[in-house]
Amino acid sequence: MAGFRITIAGDSAINLEFARTISPQTSGLIRSAARTLEIDPIAGIIELVPTFCSLMITYDPLVISYDELVAAVTGKLVDVQQDESATRRIVKIPVCYGGEYGPDMQTVCEHAHMREEDVIALHSSKDYLIDMLGFMPGFAYLGGLDERLHTPRLATPRTVIEAGSVGIGGAQTGIYPLASPGGWQLIGRSPIRPYDPQREVPILYSAGDYLRFVPISESEYVSIEKQVKEGTYQYDITVEGA
Amino acid sequence: MGFTVIKPGICTTIQDDGRRGYLGSGFSPSGVMDRRASHIANLLLSNKVNDPVLEFCLAGPTLRFTTDTFIAITGGDFSPKLNGQPVSMYKAIPVKRGQMLSFGAPKTGVYGYIAIAGGSVRVPEVMGSRSTNLKCGVGGWQGRALQTGDYLRFMTRDVEFLSNLGSRSMENDDAFYGFGKDELTLRVIMGPQDDMFTEEGKKTFLGQVFTTTSKSDRMGFRLDGPGIETIHGSDIISDGIALGAVQIPSHGRPIVMLADRQTTGGYAKIATVCSVDIPKLVQCQPGRKIRFSMISVQEAQALLREEARRVASWEKLVKRPCYGGVSPRRTARRLTPILEAQAKSSSTQKLWIMD
Repeated sequence: MAGFRITIAGDSAINLEFARTISPQTSGLIRSAARTLEIDPIAGIIELVPTFCSLMITYDPLVISYDELVAAVTGKLVDVQQDESATRRIVKIPVCYGGEYGPDMQTVCEHAHMREEDVIALHSSKDYLIDMLGFMPGFAYLGGLDERLHTPRLATPRTVIEAGSVGIGGAQTGIYPLASPGGWQLIGRSPIRPYDPQREVPILYSAGDYLRFVPISESEYVSIEKQVKEGTYQYDITVEGA
Repeated sequence: MGFTVIKPGICTTIQDDGRRGYLGSGFSPSGVMDRRASHIANLLLSNKVNDPVLEFCLAGPTLRFTTDTFIAITGGDFSPKLNGQPVSMYKAIPVKRGQMLSFGAPKTGVYGYIAIAGGSVRVPEVMGSRSTNLKCGVGGWQGRALQTGDYLRFMTRDVEFLSNLGSRSMENDDAFYGFGKDELTLRVIMGPQDDMFTEEGKKTFLGQVFTTTSKSDRMGFRLDGPGIETIHGSDIISDGIALGAVQIPSHGRPIVMLADRQTTGGYAKIATVCSVDIPKLVQCQPGRKIRFSMISVQEAQALLREEARRVASWEKLVKRPCYGGVSPRRTARRLTPILEAQAKSSSTQKLWIMD
């Protein structure tokens, strides 16, 4: 039996659920399952959407029925193994924390029983692995947020969140590449644009890369924002051995 | 040769069946909200069913045509007019160069569709689709909704003739949408996270009445109604969102995720609306009563196959030789007033004749 559970997402999609907690192992397993289905495709499958703990498969039920698809996928993924890589690519994201850029900073501080400086220090103290892109172009879901910073999402999602906003949603943290509605607790904002259709590489990073948040002051924010607008900003991207 | 936008209407965009293959990078699929209506509009004109159409929301555009063609208008009824005279929906209608298409008061539905003969408007394919993605500003007409003064060219310069024109009409689709009815039932397939809800919560979802609200758009339809109870809250580790997924945020009221939805999200999804029932939902104006009823994935797929067969039969229907063509006397009776009217209105205009 393969190491996943199949759930139904309507008449044109299924979910392969590999685990219920985030781990680099699960993420690696899902990426390799997706690769298996890409290399040797099953007729009728339209899209693969790999996420932290599951792989959504959309398909055309006029080509393959639910029952046929479940049998085909289970057969193909019966002994899927995770793959690993040796180097890490780190993309540095300058962030101005708190104040008007982070309207929910107080909520996060109160929830964590911590001072703002400590929340900032903790949030920017580590490199976060990009487990997946999703939700919108270039939205990176990051694993490994310190447990003390876990904060539930807003009860009612905001209708507009500014591009560059950095937030916490449950056990996850990340940056909004475009203005969008959303339910995360916002703790800061970055002047850089992770997604820019005019740039040669529209999305700065991909799954498997790491993000490092670097605290900056308001005046630095303004200066970087200007450079980004003028197209002179140098993105800080490094590659390190594992 | 195409049309000039005199008034843009609300959120008038070019949409086809959507962008495939980029969900995994976080790109919404986009595409028409009401696939049934856009497919019917296209097949009335013998276009490909997934050719791009103009979609608008509650207020239609005013367009001046700079060439002869045929159009078909489907979906919600927004009192379409050609040069100020009411025209039929669900019917291929000839449009002459210089004529103006406009819309009046909204009667039924939310989204209206205009298909244009000869393969629609000429817009470039972006990432495999001609659908507009408003959030990313790509696809369709310059990645945005139409604006006053825009001039869009057609794929085919001039369409002067459409065979069997008399057969190219259908009953309006009010019975399918349930426009006259007090309450609408949407069939759903439970899951993928129905196990995160209490028995009471599932009972509320399947037993109570919900109402559509004005907080609804191409991303999703927010419903009002009793809160749906979860076991341990509705936060999940973000996963993929399918078309029609019924998300329950922690306020407990459902949001049905649609064409411009985000590709992944962190609220539990109690169920997914059947593909064949999505057009019914998107045509609900605010304040409409909705009930959810559960069916199996196998039943839902049987409904989809049935729908595909129905579309195929309509495709044949609109191409059958029309009645007027087989009875010369009737043809003459029908043609005489048309020809007379045309002769009166303009001596220079070319005549169009049904075969």
